[in-house]
Order: sequence, then C-alpha cells, then structure tokens
Amino acid sequence: MNPSDTGNPAYYHKVVDCQWACPAHTNVPEYIRLIAQGRYGDAYMLNRESNVFPAILGRTCDRPCEPACRRGRLPSLAGEGLEKPVAICRLKRVAADHHGDISARLPQAPEKKNGKRVACVGAGPASLTVANDLMPHGYSVTMFEKYDKPGGLMRTNIPSFRLPEQVLAEETSAILDMGVDIRYNSPVSSLKALLDEGYDAVFIGSGAPRGKDLDLPGRYDADGNSTPNIHIGIDWLGSLAFGHIDSIGEKVLIIGVGNTAMDCCRSARRLGGKDVKVMARRPRQFFKASPWELEDAEEEQIDIVINHAPKRFVVEDGKLVGMEFERLEWDADAKRSTIIDSVILPCDDVILAIGQENAFPWIERDLGLDFGKWDMPVVDKTTHQSTLPGVFFGGDAAWGPNNIIWAVEHGHQAAISIDRHCQGTPVTDRPAWGMNLVSQKMGISEWSYSNDYEKAARQKMKHVDLVQRFEDLHVEVELGFTPEQVAREVERCLNCDVETAFTDKLCIECDACIDICPVQCLTITPDAPEPELRTKLSAPAVNPNQALFASLALPQTSRLMVKDEDVCVHCGLCAERCPTAAWDMQKFQLLISYAGTPVTGGTL
Amino acid sequence: MPSIVKPLVTHPSLVRNELGLTIRDYEGSMSTLCAGCGHDSITAAIIRALWELSVEPCMLAKLSGIGCSSKTPTYFVGGAHGFNSAHGRMPAIATGANAANRTLTYLGVSGDGDSLSIGIGHLSHAIRRNLNMLYVLENNGVYGLTKGQFSASSDVGSKSKKGEANKMSPIDPVQLALTLGATFVARSFSGDKAQLVPILKAGLAHRGFALVDVISPCVTFNDHEGSTKSYKYTRGKHHIATESDFVPHANEIVGEIGPVGATTIQMHDGSSLRFTKVPEGYDVTDRMAAMEYLRAHQGEVVTGVLFADESVPEMHEMNNTPAEPLGSLPFSKLCPGSGALAELMADFR
Repeated sequence: MNPSDTGNPAYYHKVVDCQWACPAHTNVPEYIRLIAQGRYGDAYMLNRESNVFPAILGRTCDRPCEPACRRGRLPSLAGEGLEKPVAICRLKRVAADHHGDISARLPQAPEKKNGKRVACVGAGPASLTVANDLMPHGYSVTMFEKYDKPGGLMRTNIPSFRLPEQVLAEETSAILDMGVDIRYNSPVSSLKALLDEGYDAVFIGSGAPRGKDLDLPGRYDADGNSTPNIHIGIDWLGSLAFGHIDSIGEKVLIIGVGNTAMDCCRSARRLGGKDVKVMARRPRQFFKASPWELEDAEEEQIDIVINHAPKRFVVEDGKLVGMEFERLEWDADAKRSTIIDSVILPCDDVILAIGQENAFPWIERDLGLDFGKWDMPVVDKTTHQSTLPGVFFGGDAAWGPNNIIWAVEHGHQAAISIDRHCQGTPVTDRPAWGMNLVSQKMGISEWSYSNDYEKAARQKMKHVDLVQRFEDLHVEVELGFTPEQVAREVERCLNCDVETAFTDKLCIECDACIDICPVQCLTITPDAPEPELRTKLSAPAVNPNQALFASLALPQTSRLMVKDEDVCVHCGLCAERCPTAAWDMQKFQLLISYAGTPVTGGTL
Repeated sequence: MPSIVKPLVTHPSLVRNELGLTIRDYEGSMSTLCAGCGHDSITAAIIRALWELSVEPCMLAKLSGIGCSSKTPTYFVGGAHGFNSAHGRMPAIATGANAANRTLTYLGVSGDGDSLSIGIGHLSHAIRRNLNMLYVLENNGVYGLTKGQFSASSDVGSKSKKGEANKMSPIDPVQLALTLGATFVARSFSGDKAQLVPILKAGLAHRGFALVDVISPCVTFNDHEGSTKSYKYTRGKHHIATESDFVPHANEIVGEIGPVGATTIQMHDGSSLRFTKVPEGYDVTDRMAAMEYLRAHQGEVVTGVLFADESVPEMHEMNNTPAEPLGSLPFSKLCPGSGALAELMADFR
C-alpha cells in the first residue's frame, strides 16, 4: 500500500476521533488535559477558540464527538460489551463552570474600525459566531433580531432547566459586548431593503423557524381556525421561554420523538402535565432523539409510546378531547408497516414536534439570489455564499435544521468568506490548516502526559431530584460533575492527539513495539495492497473507517511497519520499548484557520 | 522501568484457546530488560506458543539460571511454577524437579553465558539424560549483564562495542548438542517469530530434551557494526535450512500432507512436525547429515529444526520410574521402611 502521508494535517487529525467528528474541530484531548491540571480558564478559552459557546454546548451539544470516541470501541474491563465514550460534553461544562475571570482574555474589537459593514440576520449561534470572528478585525457588525433577546433557537427552543438564562446571557454578551450593533425587535421583512442600506456583506443566520404542522382531521374547524390546545412544538417552547404561557393540561400527547419532542415533554411536566406521553411511529432504535435525552425524559416519568401513527384529532364541541392513532407493526428495518388496529388516547393538549422548516418569505426572488429544491436558497457548501455575491448563509438557514455546533462551524466558515469578500479576494481561496507535532518524551520511560489506561467506567451525571426540579421551571436538572468525578473522567481520555510518530530509517525490526502493544495495533509485514494487509495484521483491521498507517520500506528487510489506528490506546509503550526512538509520542496540534488568516497553500 | 504496566485493555477481536484463555492470560510482569532486547521477542514467542498449545498455566514449570535471559521467565505466564536457580544450575534443578513430578511441562530459559560457560557441564548431562524439557538458549554472544565482554558463543573476529575482535573460537550449542546425542536440536532467530513459534511448539511436544538455540541480539552491547550477533548481521546471514510447521495432534487433518519431498515426523503425543521446504538431501533424522550440513554452511546462521529423533527414551523411561509424580505416591510406597532397605542391600552382597 502507499506510505501514509503524516505530513498532511488530515492524517493525524483523523486519528483524534473526537476532534475529527466535531464540526468545529474542538481540540478535545488538550482541553481535557487542561481540566485535569485544574486549568479551567485555559480549558474554557481553548474550547472557545473553536466552539465559541463552551458553557452552552457543555449542556446542550448534540455531541457528535462522543459516538466517535475511540474509547467506545474498546472492550469493557468491568463487564460485557464495549466501553462507554468519555463524557466529553460534560467535561466541557466543567471547564465553563470553573473558568474564573476570563474577561481579559475574551476577544476585543479595535478602536479603529476597518470601514467594512456587515449585517447579520438573526442573533443565533451562526450570526454570533460571525460577529465573534469579524469584530476583532475591525468590522462593524449590525445584527437584526426579531425578539428582544439574543440567542436564537438556543433561547427559544432549549428550556431553561437544561440551559439556564444566565449561562446563555454570559456567552452571548461576550460577543455582543465587543460593540455589535444589535437591533432587537427588528425582524427583517425585506432583503432588498437591507441590501439597499449598503452593507459590504450580509449574513443570513435566521434559522429554520417554522415548525411543521400535522394536517389531520380535527386540526382545523370548518372556518379554518386552529383547534384549541394543539400546539406547534417550537412555537410553544418559544412562548414558554418568553413567559407567555405558564400552564398546560394534565394529559399531554407529544407527537414526534426528536430532541424538540424531549424538550416539549419535559417542559409539559413542569407546567402541570401529569400524564405526558411521547408518541412515536417507529421503534426505539429509529428515534431521532439522542439516547441521553430519551433517558432524561423517562427519568421524569414520561411515557414513550412506540409504533403509534397519528390518525385524527378527536374534537367534541370544538374542544380537543383525544387523539386517534393507528397501531403499527414494522418489519425488521422499520421500512414497511402494517396496521394492527387503532386506539383513541384521551388528552387535554397535543404538542406537534415533528420537525422544522425554513421559510424565507422576506427574501425577494428577483435579487439574483437563486432558490433551488424545496424552495431553499442555493448556497455553496464551502464558501457559504449564495448566488448573490456578498450574501452568505449559515446555521439552519443554510441547509435546513441541524445542531448548534454545526451552526458555529458555519459561522466560522462564513466569516472567512465575508472577510475575503470585503477585502476583495476570492472567497473560494480558503486559508490552509497547519499542525504542530511536539515530542512528549520527558526522559527514559517518562512522558509529559498521563499515559496509563484508566479502567473506570463513565461517570454518571447527578440530577436534581424530581420533586425539586418540578417546583420551578428554571431549576437546572444537571448538577455538573463533582471534583471526584472530574478526576476520574479526565483520566478516561486516551489522549488520541498524542500520536505515535514513526521514523522508518531508524527501525531495526526488533519487534519490541509489536510485542508490548496491549491492543495488537502493530505489524511488520511484507508490502501488499491495503485490503489484503487488513486481513493479515497482528489483529484483523476490521474497521474500514479507521486508517492503516504504513511506513516506507524498512532498512533491514524492506518490510513495512503497519499500524491499525482503530483501537490504539496511545499508552506510548511502543515508543518506550523502542531502542532507537523510531517510535515517538508526539502531541498533534491542529492549527485551524479563522477569518483573517492569510491563505498560504492547500486546504485540508 | 517502564512508566506503566501494560494496560489490561485488549483488542476487541481477542480470541480464546481451548482452555478459554486469551494470549494476554499468558503474560507475566513487565520486562525490565533494555528496550529492543531480543529476549523480549523470545518471551513473546514463548507466550504465543504456550497459548496456542493451550498449556495450562498451573501445569507449567519455568526455570532459569542467572543472566539477562534468566530474568525472562518472570515476563511470561505469571500463573506458572517458577524456579530461578544458581548460575548455570538450571538443568540440574530441572532434572530434580522433573524426576519428582513428570506431569508438568518443563521450560528452561538460559543464555550463552549460563549454558556454555558456567553451566556447560549441567547442560551436557541434561542432554545425556534426555530430560523431557524445552531448553531455550537465548544466545546473544555477549555478557550483557556485566556490560559487554565476549561470551563463549562469540564468533572469532566478532567485534566488541569498543572495536576489539574476539580471538577465541566459539562453542556452537547446536553442534555441541548434536555431538552429545541430543534428540531435538533447532536454531532460530528472535526477529523471526514465524519460524520461532512453531519450533518452540515442536520442542514442547518433543518427548525428551529439546534444545532451541535462539540468536537474540543484545541491543545495548552487541548490535553494532562488526558484531556477528546483531539484528543486521543475522538478517544478512540468515539461512533457513528447514521451514517447519508444527501440526498439533488434536487439529491434524489426515490426507493433507504437504508437497512432494516434505518430511513429516510423528511426535510422541501423536502430533507431527512437518517440514515443507527441506533443502535437497537434508535429512532431519540423520545426525551426521545435520552436522555435515552445519559444517558446509559455516559462516551462515543456519536455522530451523536441524535434527529430531523421537525414538530415544527419555530419562523416566530409561530409569523405569513410576508414571505419577512422586509427591502423589503413598508414603509407604515412597519409603517402604528398613525391611525393604535390608532386602535391597542383601541383593548387593
């Protein structure tokens, strides 16, 4: 096979599974080590560089990093099955909870502006990230927000018992206080009018604000009026966030089983819902909600009912009294279903949480800004630019509903484009990413990182007890990790960024590294095509998503050193037992480019 | 000392042997030998051979003398019996242990100093007795533990780390064993596990004394330019005389005997040793031919199972000892009393 190109930052970046999976490429192992050292402020600032909202995301992130965590592919030493991933998200919250005074370290806007004016539509995570990246470079950012507070869906869709108001306020203020011209209560009703104001660039981060409706019999009366007590989930959560509602009936049905449904059902419990059911069409393994959100809901005695498809709203005398469902039986992969029978479940309220849609009634269609399939704007995947130069999209507004961390990454990329656009350089030229590799060897058998394998199980987040959490809508459920839990959890991280770096010309093929490797990662073998090599290693390399490292021909026998990256625990024993330092443990640092970084070469 | 003990975490596809044990169950303590020592590779090969043969750890006795090599039994099969004896006395202790309990598997690890200098007499007599054991001689041609003097296996002309050439002629353990009548003689290289592991398995299955001389480079004192026991030199002069493939008794498939010209030797337990690439005219059962072959290939590192003879009785058969361990015999039988002694003495009068 071809020798691995470890000079390309992408090679080692991919080995750091969490960082690779994170849309914003957060340097997870490094911030976990900083937490281990008690350097919470440093850990927070490192997080903030890439994900901008560590305290918010430490509570609400969809955590694409955690299913990717290498730890989750290792056999459990405690019992059957595999290990659970490191609680990356909850450790992020630890950094945020204890960061101390970081005000002096937050980005600042210069006194002297660069004369460029950027308009952001919406004050959600994407727009805020654009402002975060552009303000320090002297841009004047004007932000238009339809509500009277910033945060977008982070405020309107995530209940305060998951994300307290002050946490949201702290991190949005850190950006707005740089001098963003924030216009509250200012929904943009015409893009044309906005463009006419002469901004150098416009960023549209207005989200996917329209909750999907369910037009079944009983939804509307003969005059087309909505039946009372049927709510659109995200609108209902928004009304709750702004204090417009404070109660709900005792029997509540939530239709849909995504994360919005979880927020709806748990909110309903706090507003007086006693019998709250989440109604799902399909079996559990096909749910959209994150497993931990399902668990949190069930802990609050919410009934999750599977295989029920909504059929009609049962309305008597103009009043909602129940909902009829068809009970389904699914085939193995839940593609086809057959109807068994139908049931009527009585209820006082129904909340529809079946998805969100984009809506751009305020964008005129004759501006040169093309709309494509599903009436969505045509947006370039890399530059975030629409077909109208100078107008950029990000967050849910770009390609439909996604999560906060993706919105942040969209913000970063759009900010790069806006900067280049405003400076008169092509937006398609993207700044290169670099890397640093630094040996972690401190002496013979001594490393600068904690290289032993911590066999402790994933620490469980403690929750406020049920009685207390239902007393007040704003009581945050998750208590955060205790110092003891933090001490354990940080050690569970495998330090995947401390890379096994190999220098082929030094190898004497003594086999010491192969013999010592606890997880049989290494093999010295004659060259062969990769698919063949994968079957011939010390242990079969069965995970095709994980790279095989291959060296150049070794000096003595011309065989190759091959490493299956899949389950390497980065313990450093290969480097420790190597007599010639052909193996070394080197810390990989991905140098990510943001707005303002000069273009120097290729891209990742 | 290594910074950490090898983590217990394993590859998810780790397999179990007939006893339900993984290869990790055959490991011992962390090695404190120099990084890159050939001995550690041999330890890994021993671990693999014992695991593949499903040797019950509690039925293994590992013995050694003094030297770097003799530290290694600590590094494999933590659950086995072990005896770290005086310098060169491992064969004597093994003889005593084996005499008392023939049901254990005996595995001795020694070095060129321990075996060919101070212990050569004991080695010779263990061979003479055809003691049923695997004797692994980790041969690096240097006294590593005392910082690099020439050993009895250093070749003439091989240079010390400081550049001085050895003048005294070496003792070749393979030729020594052949002349003393050893019944299983092999040589291998620590850097070639594909060859070493089957040879170790065959040696363990052999009834009688199995000597395996393993060239095992000393990375610290004998891996330099001019050394004849370095990784580089051994790889350059490596001459595989016989390529062996150990076929365990239980897994043997009748009718699948190798290509024309292959030789199969039936081991005492029913398993067989099959030679798939025998050089023309090489007869692994002909002692004189083996010696002749070695002479003809002087200057090369000839490896493989070079001689094997399953027909010679081992020590217990020669001495007609009971089949069960002495410790399990009733006292009355083990020590029949003064009457029996008097009767025996009367025989000699």
